[in-house]
Amino acid sequence: MQWEVVIGLEIHVQLATKTKIFSGSSTAYGADANTQADVVDLGMPGVLPVFNKEALQMAVKFGLAIDAEIHHKSVFDRKNYFYPDSPKGYQTTQLYYPTVGMGHIEIELEDGSTKRINVTRAHLEEDAGKSVHEGFGSSSGIDLNRAGTPLIEIVSEPELRSAKEAAAYFRKMHSIVTYLGICDGDLSQGSMRCDCNVSLRPKGQEEFGTRAEIKNVNSFRNVERAIDAEIERQMDILEDGGTIVQETRLYDADKNETRSMRSKEEENDYRYFPCPDLLPVLIDEDYIEAVRQTLPELPDAKRQRYISEQGLSAIDAGVLSANRSLADYFETVAETINDYKLAANWVQGDVSAALNRLEVSIEELAVSAEQLAYILKLIKDNTLNNGGAKEVFNALLEGKGDDTVACIDTLVDQLGLKQVSDTGAIEAIVDEVLANNTKLVESYLATPEDKRAKAIGPFIGQVRKAAKGVNPQVVMEVLKKKLSEL
Amino acid sequence: MSNITIAEISKNLASGKYSSVEITQDFLQRIKQNDKAINSFITVTEEQALAQAKAADEQRQNGNASVLTGVPIAHKDNYCTDGVLTSCGSKMLSNFVAPYNATVVEKFNEAGTVSLGKLNMDEFAMGSSSESSFYGAVSNPWDSNRVAGGSSGGSAAAVAANLIPGATASDTGGSIRQPAAFCGLTGIKPTYGRVSRWGIVAYASSLDQAGVITHTAEDAALMLNVMSGFDEKDSTSMQLEVPDFTADLNNGLAGLTIGLPKEYFSADLDPAMQQAVSDAVKEYEKLGAKVKEISLPHSHLVIPSYYLISAAECSANMSRMDGVRFGYRCDNPTDIHDLYVRSRSEGLGSEVKRRIMIGAYALSAGYYDAYYKKAQQARRLIKNDFVNAFKEVDIIAGPVTPTTAFNKNEKNHDPVAMALGDVFTVALNLAGLPGMSINCGQINNLPVGLQLIGNYFEEARLLNAAHQFQQVTDWHLKSPAGL
Amino acid sequence: MALDPKQVHDIAELVRLQIEDDQVQEYQENLSNILEMVNQLTSFETDNIEPLANPIEIAQRLRADEVTAVNKRDLFQSIAPQTEQGYYLVPRVVE
Repeated sequence: MQWEVVIGLEIHVQLATKTKIFSGSSTAYGADANTQADVVDLGMPGVLPVFNKEALQMAVKFGLAIDAEIHHKSVFDRKNYFYPDSPKGYQTTQLYYPTVGMGHIEIELEDGSTKRINVTRAHLEEDAGKSVHEGFGSSSGIDLNRAGTPLIEIVSEPELRSAKEAAAYFRKMHSIVTYLGICDGDLSQGSMRCDCNVSLRPKGQEEFGTRAEIKNVNSFRNVERAIDAEIERQMDILEDGGTIVQETRLYDADKNETRSMRSKEEENDYRYFPCPDLLPVLIDEDYIEAVRQTLPELPDAKRQRYISEQGLSAIDAGVLSANRSLADYFETVAETINDYKLAANWVQGDVSAALNRLEVSIEELAVSAEQLAYILKLIKDNTLNNGGAKEVFNALLEGKGDDTVACIDTLVDQLGLKQVSDTGAIEAIVDEVLANNTKLVESYLATPEDKRAKAIGPFIGQVRKAAKGVNPQVVMEVLKKKLSEL
Repeated sequence: MSNITIAEISKNLASGKYSSVEITQDFLQRIKQNDKAINSFITVTEEQALAQAKAADEQRQNGNASVLTGVPIAHKDNYCTDGVLTSCGSKMLSNFVAPYNATVVEKFNEAGTVSLGKLNMDEFAMGSSSESSFYGAVSNPWDSNRVAGGSSGGSAAAVAANLIPGATASDTGGSIRQPAAFCGLTGIKPTYGRVSRWGIVAYASSLDQAGVITHTAEDAALMLNVMSGFDEKDSTSMQLEVPDFTADLNNGLAGLTIGLPKEYFSADLDPAMQQAVSDAVKEYEKLGAKVKEISLPHSHLVIPSYYLISAAECSANMSRMDGVRFGYRCDNPTDIHDLYVRSRSEGLGSEVKRRIMIGAYALSAGYYDAYYKKAQQARRLIKNDFVNAFKEVDIIAGPVTPTTAFNKNEKNHDPVAMALGDVFTVALNLAGLPGMSINCGQINNLPVGLQLIGNYFEEARLLNAAHQFQQVTDWHLKSPAGL
Repeated sequence: MALDPKQVHDIAELVRLQIEDDQVQEYQENLSNILEMVNQLTSFETDNIEPLANPIEIAQRLRADEVTAVNKRDLFQSIAPQTEQGYYLVPRVVE
């Protein structure tokens, strides 16, 4: 049978506020256990929550970025369950009246086309603490530093049809929230976590199949792998005539498989009801408008602009706009030299390669946007050829320069990369090369006329070996002339 | 002895008739002598009290005394007091030395009052008799076989027995007004949002409100002046100017319109209670007030609505009592589930358990609309009844309780009977209105309370009406025999 | 609206309470009586009535995003049942 995959994602995004959603404790990552948990976060008797202004603004910002309905009234509810990392015995969340309603985003598919994915809602809630299971013998240690960190939970419609689409959706959400500056986007620190609802149905069937929910997947790669593993598991069962059990599952990255965590029967009855310690959050159009004014240009708009105004390819535009820092870097370079294509080639090429090789972020790269722009400017005014530019770039990566633009001039001099375009000087070098490579000359002359263009290559290599900074166009011209005279 | 009021102590401290240390020692002595029989205190903080009294005397010598500097009071045991046991009358918190102060406690400390300790109460303020405390039942100083009322029974009994001149208390469904009535005192529950709830251990968050129990309306005004006001730590605290509650006490009552809800004077009401309340209303007429019959047509929905809302909120509020970060933990838990179940089952009493369970049931899948939502809708109708009534009248008067103080062990195994006793008080909590109880008579040597209900944030008008009544009657001066 | 013993146990489990066998009947009766009392509510018409969650009907106030808390871990953990290296300890939780 032909199966159709149906996937919906719930993404938890930690908001980049300084303090918690309902208390004045810091949200900084990595502090000693329970040093950033005050009486509110610990759920001490008698404490009360007060809602963080910034968390609301960030949620609204997100809503506007995905063209969503922003609700003028949102209400916090208590979701009741017992777990040691949930200090009050309930999580404060928004069930009935979320701040952000129906919206949508575009994801780019592998073939370069785009697909619209609808977002059901995004609600504000508090994060739980952490349980540590190693190092305490037969006990678990509870750290409540994370408890109360503001989250938005973004719920997609079940419109994703493959693990690849799901990963693209997760990436796009990452791109949007980091563009907005509402999340640091650090997946390794759990800043974004994803629950994946996966089901299969016979192709053509309207009704959804029974779904399993894979909890807490926290990398782009694992979203794809976990979903693929789950699809495979479900398909095996269905092909064998079995039925899928509605349950919560965990993904084991080492074994690349999902395993059951709890079945639906074991699910809690959460007994949601409006939190009586908090009042309805009311916002008006003026507030929403004011937040709208703070929105940066978003990845889709950037991508579109790169294509239509700067003539970049869809693929280049997609890659360069996906990450805000990279896009900022790229635009600084492009605008300084007023050449988007040259900047795109370099950022996509040498810069991206360096980032991958060195495993650093664009902010940490030893070559600043201003420095790269200067290097490219030297190409454009013929001071450097492409090879020379790469050499300067690599020298900077190796730490041979500093963070100034001026150091580039020094490096060009030190490495003798200044391009020689003076015909007389080049003629002298060419003459020397021809004189020292009689065998090459002989074989060249033996080459039929129509294949000589290719046979000229080795001479160019020899010339550049003799003098690095020669202008390749001039070399070509001189070589052609001299060889034809032989 | 005759009742000692805060106003009188304040005057005597100011005149130098005695020092704060002296009056504090007097009260501590009275507690030692008399509280064994009454059981109104859970904790007496003698050492800290004397230190506070000494500091207050110094403050006075330096000329920095406020009206209440050096005046001894005590706090209900659900007020968090930094460094002092805050048990809420429960085994669950029998080791909970609060690590911070309630805002109200902080304000009294700043005003220089002296705290003598922490007052007994129904466990987690869930009850109307102060019999459910882990620390034993509170006795009514008027008759030790009877209950002091609840849940602020310790606050009321301590003031009635003159162990302190005034006490803080809290009121979720009548927990200030009913014990004040049973013990012949003045009690006021201000408007919801008038006094910060920060640091007062929650029973039902949308109903809880802090207040005081004193002998007189004047004393209540003095205490409210200290504790009222906006608190940025409480989202439900109102950003409103707080008047000087003593300013209007001496205003005349000519022209005041008092509404009498016909639903509160039905044939079911005990004739003696009816008589006492009617006599009180006649006093008001003599003072120049006009009386008008009104209707609160949804009064029959008050008890079920209250019970469901308070139980639902309590079921969630009590979840933090889990034995993980503070409070009682069972011995040798085998796993986390066992830790939760045994810590809670051993640490919480049966009335608390009952309310948690009813609340959980009312919120559970499939029942939310039929119970919780319906109760919230009834709450709207109940509030609207009052909003409409206050278009016609200035204050509303009626009984506080259907009966005088009942016997110990009479109702504590019958939660429904206990709940029905709150029929006149809980409506105010649902609507969030201010209410007072003042002593207006006696039946068989037991005090009877008159309830005065005010419009939103009109505590001053209530206090004025109560004070005027106390200028022409002497019920508030009476004290139990032998104390 | 009478509850049976299993319902009593189920509700208790929901809120992590355990009712001893010899007390089940008492709880069953008490809870059933309370439910009977609150069932008065179910008989009245509530269509189009906006539920009232809190008596003061104003908007939630917003707090400035500024760190006000200081680290008081030692004080807080001095009243905790069991801690180690700054962590609260509970019997091992397995997922």
